[in-house]
Amino acid sequence: MRVADLVTAAAFILLGAVVIADALRLGVGWGSDGPKSGFFPFWLAVFMVAASALIVLQAVRERSRRPFVTREQLRPVLAVLLPATGLVVLTGGITIGETRLLPGLGLYVASALYLAFYMRWVGHHAWLTTALLSLGIPLATFIIFERWFLVPMPKGPLEAWLGF
Amino acid sequence: MGFENLFLGFSIAITPFNLFVAVMGILLGTIIGVLPGLGGANGVAILLPLTFTMPPTSAIILLTSLYWGALFGGAITSILFNIPGEPWSVATTFDGYPLARQGKGGQALTAAFTSSFVGALFSIVLITLFAPLLAEIALKFGPPEFFAIQLLTFSSFVGLGGGNPLKSLVSILFGFILAAVGLDIVTGQLRMTFGVTELMKGFDFIIAVIGLFGIGEILLSVEEGLSFQGAATGMKLTVVLDTWKILPRYWRTFVRGSFIGFWMGFKPGGATPASFMSYAFAKRFSPRAENFGKGELEGVVAPETAAHAAGVAAMLPMLTLGIPGSPTAAVMLGGLIIWGLQPGPMLFVEKPDFVWGLIASMYTGNILGVLIVLAFVPFFAAILRIPFAILTPLIVVVCAVGSYAVHNSMIDVWYMLIFGVIGYVFKKLDYPLAPLVLALVLGDLAENALRQSLIMSQGSLAIFFTRPIAGAITGVALLFFALPLLTPGWRRLRGARAPSPRA
Repeated sequence: MRVADLVTAAAFILLGAVVIADALRLGVGWGSDGPKSGFFPFWLAVFMVAASALIVLQAVRERSRRPFVTREQLRPVLAVLLPATGLVVLTGGITIGETRLLPGLGLYVASALYLAFYMRWVGHHAWLTTALLSLGIPLATFIIFERWFLVPMPKGPLEAWLGF
Repeated sequence: MGFENLFLGFSIAITPFNLFVAVMGILLGTIIGVLPGLGGANGVAILLPLTFTMPPTSAIILLTSLYWGALFGGAITSILFNIPGEPWSVATTFDGYPLARQGKGGQALTAAFTSSFVGALFSIVLITLFAPLLAEIALKFGPPEFFAIQLLTFSSFVGLGGGNPLKSLVSILFGFILAAVGLDIVTGQLRMTFGVTELMKGFDFIIAVIGLFGIGEILLSVEEGLSFQGAATGMKLTVVLDTWKILPRYWRTFVRGSFIGFWMGFKPGGATPASFMSYAFAKRFSPRAENFGKGELEGVVAPETAAHAAGVAAMLPMLTLGIPGSPTAAVMLGGLIIWGLQPGPMLFVEKPDFVWGLIASMYTGNILGVLIVLAFVPFFAAILRIPFAILTPLIVVVCAVGSYAVHNSMIDVWYMLIFGVIGYVFKKLDYPLAPLVLALVLGDLAENALRQSLIMSQGSLAIFFTRPIAGAITGVALLFFALPLLTPGWRRLRGARAPSPRA
């Protein structure tokens, strides 16, 4: 707990320093028509750095042996987080700057794959349940969002092939 | 004079379409309240995009009904599964779950829903009476007064929120900093974007809400190793009627809970302390105090009355001042802006049909709500019996859909994931999430109020003290900020030892 507290507070101090640097670039004083752009962020960051520094002091004095997360706890957390990241990657693909490293499959295909993966390999559900739900849920989403409420979702090659 | 307005409101709220919207909202809201990882705030956030094409009054009725539903849903999981869906239903588990284990789940649920209804109704009546007055006063407010109120809002998180005041403060400042990222609309300069195009748009608090409360909550609940051990509902019409015969006995608890709830609730972050406070008071004054925690009906009545009174009271500052009292109210405020309405006191003058339609729908929504949840408890309880490996990915997909739909932007879905991790870490380290969200929502408003005030005073901070209303509010705000420093000294003066901080 203590280490995690220190790391988080340090991260806030670092963030505060970045914000202060940017605010100084913009100007923190009085412009021609009122406070400059950097004025508000500057003082926010100053207070944040100060409060985080006090949290660091608190954490240093604390003698907590309780770990932030145990190995047994981390496993199920990652079992949710990593597939969820996979869902986002599959939906939109990966684009860095101007170059597209991986094309996206669209939300419907990606969520079908994600649901199937999770239900089959994490939940050990029967193939039939897995297939029905992982196809049914994206289909229901499609009908509700695309058709009823006219809210478009990201679409990929499959939807293009089907003519949407 | 106010009653004409209320009648106008009812004529809008009870049109068939709006009633249908309210019923749908309550059903969806209750499901959201029952599901782990989905609650009032992110449920409203996810469904916000669906309201873009609706008339604003129907849209707000849908969202508020969703909120009532989520409040009711929280009671179901607390009582039957010992899982508080929301922080303010923690106190409901103390006596609700033991009652359910004794086979009196039906009684406990009926008591919970009825108490919620009574508490909510009390606050709605007070809103009906006081909202127009408060709005009229607020019309005279200038930027210094609004900034002072913002200061008061956030100071109450630090001074009264409980937990570590420094962490509350960091959480607030972090929210404000995130809000400042992107284009500064006053000077037209880019702030904290560091040349990254994606950062120009800044961070949308709706995405933050979905990530922090949705994904973060799921990560926390899987870590704790979710096991749903549900008690039977035991819901029958005779049980409902019999419980209703007993409940008037607790009228004192109802009255006390309603007052505590309303008083705590119109200040931010009030629902949770209100529910605990009401429970503690009920226990102190009850002749059966030793039975509390073992399955005492009054122990369900007290927190539920207060929590709902507080939940409704949180709408008062949102409507009259444009300052939300809870994350859910904050999301609704965001909705108002998206629908093209300017939140704040002018709403009462410019859009009376919207305001009074909303207030009237609070009455209809809560009446419909209590009937619907009483009728469908077994159905809602069955939702939690869905295997975890199906619920989890389903909720993640719903969160992703909701995040994308806000701006049709993929980067928002990434932000959702990142905010999910932030939410998980924050929760584990006791950084409160509600102030972060509120700061993210109010960031631009607060900054503009501050700037305009400083322009009025040519740069002198004295403007927040010399104007009478602003001065009084700023004074109270500063007192709240200083409260964590004063309390240990006060305790020492009284000879009591300050409690050692939680390890």
